[in-house]
Amino acid sequence: MGFFQTKRNLRNNIHHGWMLICLVLVILMPLIIGLGLYYKSYPILSTHSLAELLFSSSWHPQSNKFGLLPFILSSLWVTLISLIISAPICLLTAIHLTQYARKWVLRLMHPVIDILAGIPSVIFGVWGILIIVPFVSNVVGPLFNKHLSGFSILSGSLVLSVMIIPFILNILIEVFRSLPTELTEAALSVGASKWQTVKYVLVKKAFPGIISAFGLGLSRAFGETIAVLMVVGNVTRIPTGVFQPGYPLPALIANNYGEMMSIPQYDSILMFSALVLFVIVTLFNLASRIAIVQVEKHH
Amino acid sequence: MTDRRIRIIEEGFFRVLMFFSTSAIVMVLLLIIISILVKGLPSLSWEMISQTPRGGFYFGKEGGILNAIIGSLYLAGGSTLLAFAVSLPVALFMNVHLVKKVKLVNTVRFLLDLLWGIPSIVYGAFGFTVMVYLGLRTSLLAGIITVTLFIIPIMIRAMDEIMKTVPRGLLEATYSLGSTRSETAYRVFFRQCFSGIITAILLAFGRGIGDAASVLFTTGYTDRIPTSLSQPTATLPLSIFFQLSSPIKEVQNRAYASALILTIIILIISVLARVFERRYFKHKINF
Repeated sequence: MGFFQTKRNLRNNIHHGWMLICLVLVILMPLIIGLGLYYKSYPILSTHSLAELLFSSSWHPQSNKFGLLPFILSSLWVTLISLIISAPICLLTAIHLTQYARKWVLRLMHPVIDILAGIPSVIFGVWGILIIVPFVSNVVGPLFNKHLSGFSILSGSLVLSVMIIPFILNILIEVFRSLPTELTEAALSVGASKWQTVKYVLVKKAFPGIISAFGLGLSRAFGETIAVLMVVGNVTRIPTGVFQPGYPLPALIANNYGEMMSIPQYDSILMFSALVLFVIVTLFNLASRIAIVQVEKHH
Repeated sequence: MTDRRIRIIEEGFFRVLMFFSTSAIVMVLLLIIISILVKGLPSLSWEMISQTPRGGFYFGKEGGILNAIIGSLYLAGGSTLLAFAVSLPVALFMNVHLVKKVKLVNTVRFLLDLLWGIPSIVYGAFGFTVMVYLGLRTSLLAGIITVTLFIIPIMIRAMDEIMKTVPRGLLEATYSLGSTRSETAYRVFFRQCFSGIITAILLAFGRGIGDAASVLFTTGYTDRIPTSLSQPTATLPLSIFFQLSSPIKEVQNRAYASALILTIIILIISVLARVFERRYFKHKINF
């Protein structure tokens, strides 16, 4: 009995120890990633000022000029436009699915959203080259009387907007589901129509949640690499319109890993780019998540 | 009267819009799958999936992408295994041992969500620094480490979502029968959530096999099937990417066929995950 007891306790303690180690590791992960990238980008930070790296537009690695501004601006263009395209679609669909749709529509849409969310980035890229790039070149171009190759900010944004739809939609459905039913009942009982209830009560009440869902979608889009890289054109220049090619930050990192060792400080600037990406995305995520937690507390 | 009319028209207008945006999402998914199917199917052959690249493969000559298929399976399989060894204890710890410390658990969930949000290219860059730090070269092992880091938060959160739904009563019942915490965790919780855990593993596996950006720096690329952890390996997403950037028509067509293979693998995983989600297991107690 005594032996059996100690053996069980011992096993319990071993498991407890391993669980604790794993948990601490996971908790420290964001910090370790940040520090690791900072350590690697230290060489470039010690020879160039932060402002120069972030706000200079001159990118000439050969002559030791590393301005990331064209890449950061390209990222912003692609990301913002993709959100402008996908936000209304997601909002309308979420309202449709949670307020109006029949059960079978929901049952159909669940696997659709899941599969869309599971499709690998590179497949979206292939699809972009097959459908979106020719579409932009042959349909959108003539519409504006322009000769376009199709590899442009617009193509990147279109592909990206499809990629973030399942992500934003899932959160929005969650947000609308978490609204109390009494709210709808109260509005309907004082004579509001279904649409008035949605417009004046539900959307208003869910507004912070909606904004956070868009924020999370934005940060997801900001870090997306392969699919965007394949259709966006990759030309180092500050973009001034949606039909121009762009060169987002993740694409810069992915495209140049091969030459990393041949130019001095090149590996360091790429790691610094990863650090910038990490900081921007994490800050965005942090703000959106905090907003969502605040909303959930209210209900 | 007219006011009422406008309201009805407005509602009708938005209902039509809502219907269109919902069907647009279905259409886009169909469009993606159909276009990959139409482009990939003509070039898909048994040779593609049963052979490694021969000489001149990248100029449109003979060979297949078996190296990339096997490489991807090794990579995703290895990292799923490794991630499982970390994720299951953490998920159980959060839901069994820390069940009363709601604030702490919620903070951990918050951190996991942050980790989930970090782009895979950042994991790739970080994996590269780890690789250099450990003195490794581009290899299967370095890739496995990177992908493991990348899928751990996904796996833990998916398991956690299932374990959250287990009623407190089950926990109290096992304690009252004299079980230790780890016994409750591994014997009762694990069995109760078995189907959900399988789903979480499949989800993480699917992420691991499909991601290209995280392995770009760490796995290298080779035409051979790796025979040890220290050898470089090809992966399916990168093989698609490389073949597509070739100017030769045959090679591009093979990229589409490779994309079809990857899509099929992902669809199989997603169907399996659905099957397991609904399946009834012998050890599960239904409340």
